[in-house]
Amino acid sequence: MPDYSWPAMEKRKVMGTRVARVDGGQKASGRAKYASDWHRKDLLFAALLSSPHAHARLVSMDLSGAKNMKGVAAVRAIAKPGDEIQWQGAEIAAVAAETEEIARDAVRQIKVEWEVLPHVVSEKDLAAAGTRVKAAGEQVTGDPDQAFKDADATVEGFYGIPVITHCCLEPHGQVVEWPGESINYWPSTQNVSGLATDLGTALKFPPDKIKVHQDHVGGGFGSKFAADRWGVDCANLSKEAGGKPVHYFLERNVELMIAGNRPSAFAKIKVAAKKDGTITAWQSESWSTGGIGGGGSPPLPYVFENIPNQRKKHSAVSINTGGVRAWRAPNHPQASFLTCSALEDLAAKLNMDPTDLFLKNVDLTARAETYKVQIAKAKELIEWQKHWHPRSQLTAGPVKRGLGMSIMTWGGGGHTSECRTSIFPDGSVVVDIGTQDLGTGTRTILNMVVAETLGLPLSAIKVNIGDNALPKSGPSGGSTTVGGVTSSSRKASVNALAKLFDVAAPALGTTADQLEAVDQHIQVKGNPAKNLTWQAACSKLGVNRISETGFNDQRKPEGLNSSGVGGIQMADVSVDTETGKVRMNRFVAVQDVGLVVNPKLAESQVHGACIMGICAALFEERVMDKQTGHVLNPDMEFYKLAGIGDIGEIIAHMDIRPENDKRGVIGLGEPPAVGVVAAIANATANAIGVRVPEVPLTPRRVLEALGGRNA
Amino acid sequence: MQRFAYANPATLKEASGLLGNSWDDAQILAGGTDLLSLMKEGLTAPKLLVNIKNIKELTAIAPEKGGLRIGAAVTLDELAENALVRRQFPALVQAALGITSPQIRNMGTMGGDLCQRPRCWYFRQGHGLLAMRDGKSLIPAGENQYHAILGNSGPAYFVSASSFGPALVALDASMRVVSPSGTRDVPAAQFFVTPKDEASRETVLQPNEILTAIHIPAAAAHSATYEIRQREAIDWPLAAASVVLKSGAPVIVLGHVAPIPWPAPEAGKFLAGKPLNEETATEAAKLALQGAAPLSQNGYKVQLARVSVKRALLAAAKGA
Ligand SMILES: Cc1cc2nc3c(=O)[nH]c(=O)nc-3n(C[C@H](O)[C@H](O)[C@H](O)COP(=O)(O)OP(=O)(O)OC[C@H]3O[C@@H](n4cnc5c(N)ncnc54)[C@H](O)[C@@H]3O)c2cc1C
Repeated sequence: MPDYSWPAMEKRKVMGTRVARVDGGQKASGRAKYASDWHRKDLLFAALLSSPHAHARLVSMDLSGAKNMKGVAAVRAIAKPGDEIQWQGAEIAAVAAETEEIARDAVRQIKVEWEVLPHVVSEKDLAAAGTRVKAAGEQVTGDPDQAFKDADATVEGFYGIPVITHCCLEPHGQVVEWPGESINYWPSTQNVSGLATDLGTALKFPPDKIKVHQDHVGGGFGSKFAADRWGVDCANLSKEAGGKPVHYFLERNVELMIAGNRPSAFAKIKVAAKKDGTITAWQSESWSTGGIGGGGSPPLPYVFENIPNQRKKHSAVSINTGGVRAWRAPNHPQASFLTCSALEDLAAKLNMDPTDLFLKNVDLTARAETYKVQIAKAKELIEWQKHWHPRSQLTAGPVKRGLGMSIMTWGGGGHTSECRTSIFPDGSVVVDIGTQDLGTGTRTILNMVVAETLGLPLSAIKVNIGDNALPKSGPSGGSTTVGGVTSSSRKASVNALAKLFDVAAPALGTTADQLEAVDQHIQVKGNPAKNLTWQAACSKLGVNRISETGFNDQRKPEGLNSSGVGGIQMADVSVDTETGKVRMNRFVAVQDVGLVVNPKLAESQVHGACIMGICAALFEERVMDKQTGHVLNPDMEFYKLAGIGDIGEIIAHMDIRPENDKRGVIGLGEPPAVGVVAAIANATANAIGVRVPEVPLTPRRVLEALGGRNA
Repeated sequence: MQRFAYANPATLKEASGLLGNSWDDAQILAGGTDLLSLMKEGLTAPKLLVNIKNIKELTAIAPEKGGLRIGAAVTLDELAENALVRRQFPALVQAALGITSPQIRNMGTMGGDLCQRPRCWYFRQGHGLLAMRDGKSLIPAGENQYHAILGNSGPAYFVSASSFGPALVALDASMRVVSPSGTRDVPAAQFFVTPKDEASRETVLQPNEILTAIHIPAAAAHSATYEIRQREAIDWPLAAASVVLKSGAPVIVLGHVAPIPWPAPEAGKFLAGKPLNEETATEAAKLALQGAAPLSQNGYKVQLARVSVKRALLAAAKGA
């Protein structure tokens, strides 16, 4: 069997270097083409009629006003009389017309009669949610009652993190053209290879006749795996319009209402410890919502999963809002926030440095050694010794400074992926793989792995991704892309190179197994003077090309990738106690992800995740009006995200060490997004001396937590 | 967005003649940064837009008898960059720079800022200016964290959106208003009104009136605007105060706390003849908010308004 293993750390020439992303120029200059940029001839624009009610029954719908409008090409009812609609923004009918304006005008001509039903849109007050609450059974480990009785110290707290939305800058949608025999589909997706099956199943149309193409995607974060209702309707509108292409993207407000959100999590938590900080018991009563389907339990206690005595109860609250979708490490940010908040409060009660408390209990985690090293590194980078103070000793003046920490873990692994590497007689190399680049740098990583394997410069290789005619690669979820595609492309390229060695060996008077590819040469191992240039070797192919595939089996990574990482994050904030404004000074993320293919891209990924976490810690929240059941901030004005001035300094430290490297490639999409809210909430508590129980940390919440102090 | 006609007059007279007697007939288009979003959301639907940016006389900033004249079509950026304004009216410059996006400062105009509609999320989400349902406002029992803490006995609970409103009231400015029937000057303090019904607006302007210029009587190097925003990125103030120090009592006007810019004369009176320092400013700030009656979720704004007053006073004392 060929040797696919990664070159030793010190021997890598391309991998491990700080290559800038290969499509950066295209993106920065606006030349990158996104799905909504596909302006085909005769393009029609679709507009959606969405539900104005949070809960209602559709009594009747009259589409004639829309159908009779000039310029309207197709009108489709999505809901039908009798249907019970469960959230505002739900799809009711769609129109395709010659212009966006006509489509919107036509939507306004559709008449719907509703029977409005009672709604529930808030889950925070569990008692008020009544029959909407579904409690799961209590889980007990050890003897929590006894442990709480025996404890030297216990803390009790309430903590809450609200529903936030994915808020992808590129909304969900697609262009579809369905002339009859085949379908052309330009989606915004995390799942290029799998999408045709999804759409085909819904349309009862053969998936192999659906051509999917995507060059770039403007954010998915877990919300863009499926063809979705709008993909199906878009295809049907095209068909109804005689096969003309239809452009159908959600408007920002509907995007925020229905295209996915992250479940909330609220919890009453009680933790017990010995005087020295050893945690002895955990008790949590948690609840959450992810829309009508309720919300699953975050994994509690997070990371410190081996606390000996535990009692846990979780309730799911069903409310009339759009449904959840996977959001960058599903349930982990919530779990990290709930757990780390309670532990920081415990440390404060014991008058202990929280880093000491975490270290004291590190053996309750699954990767003690990793966390020990990372805590030390993070402390150094955030200057913990210099800036940390006990919660009882605040800094002087109205603006208070504080530090806080959090902990994270995630899986990763490499998804199933097939790749084809072709070497042509003129020396050119083409890599074909049906994956997608979510902005994480997948194209660049592929380019680097193949360049490394073939001993070529990056520019010698053309990477084709984003099309379902290419070898199939998995959906980008669970941080499995980089593990999958590096493995399949490595194998494909090793296989292709072996074929080239076969051709070159006779000319070099040796056997294929004696050859290696270095610096654009095929040379004899141990005797580099005996060589052929890459070009010369390839020219020996005559009129043939080499085309070899490589396959990553998710269950058999063969040492190229693995799963399971840890990270430590720390925040340094200043809080104006007169205004309740929290400002980021510095944020440190120390992150292990196994073998780091490109530190620059890895750090960039960490930066993005930290920014997203800062948004969630300080600003993001879906605000529901209980009376109308409406979302009040389905826009980017009051659904607040951070701007560059709100971010502060971010230090991303990749935990690159031989013991991490030898585990192979592990995904990084999700891990660094996990602990940000927790670290910032803890830093805020440290700064002002009291816990702000709920995030985002708005001036209102901070001032309320400070209580009468400033009144 | 409903279809509309577009006119691009070069003179005030022509523009004035194009306006009608209802907002549905015609509306003035300046930078469009507010109007176009309202039209897109279907919250307003004029049949005609009258662009005023090509009317020369509306685009100048000029000194005037020791004071200043600002054309209504002057952009926020032009105002903030003007050397004279920077020297003499820090309260205006600070208000302009608080409007954080350069794009909005480049497009938005003084007239547009003063006439923009409230940002109340019930209004913007289509529940009407006063958010009435079954004869009752949704706001007292609703999500009112950004709403009024003063002048909020109803039916209006939104806050006046303009960051310049409080500064201009404090500066004792007057607004020149032109209509087909003539010209009138409205003191800034009377320009803003609290609507009593859905059909009314937040200023005294009638549909056929154009705000042409803002006249400020005297320089005010010792003036300041202090706004509290949560974000550095584009964001609306949660509370603000503009202050002008004069020989007698300082003039203090609160922003983003009431449906109109909210003067706090008692606070000014208290400071008359007293040195301005942390202590007196804090005391004045307390007095300024004495009448505050927060709703269920916006008690924190009382604190923020107090801090705004205190910090604006101390900044004004330092001078430009
Ligand atoms: C994200 C965002 C954040 C913002 N933050 C702030 C802020 O913090 N503080 C703040 O004060 N503003 C803020 N603004 C509002 C911004 O300043 C206004 O949108 C802008 O000043 C309006 O000017 P315009 O010329 O674009 O007005 P337009 O949109 O053209 O007009 C607005 C309204 O005024 C009317 N109008 C315009 N000119 C005249 C005139 N001369 N006579 C009579 N009527 C007229 C129009 O008919 C229309 O009704 C923000 C806006 C946005 C979008």
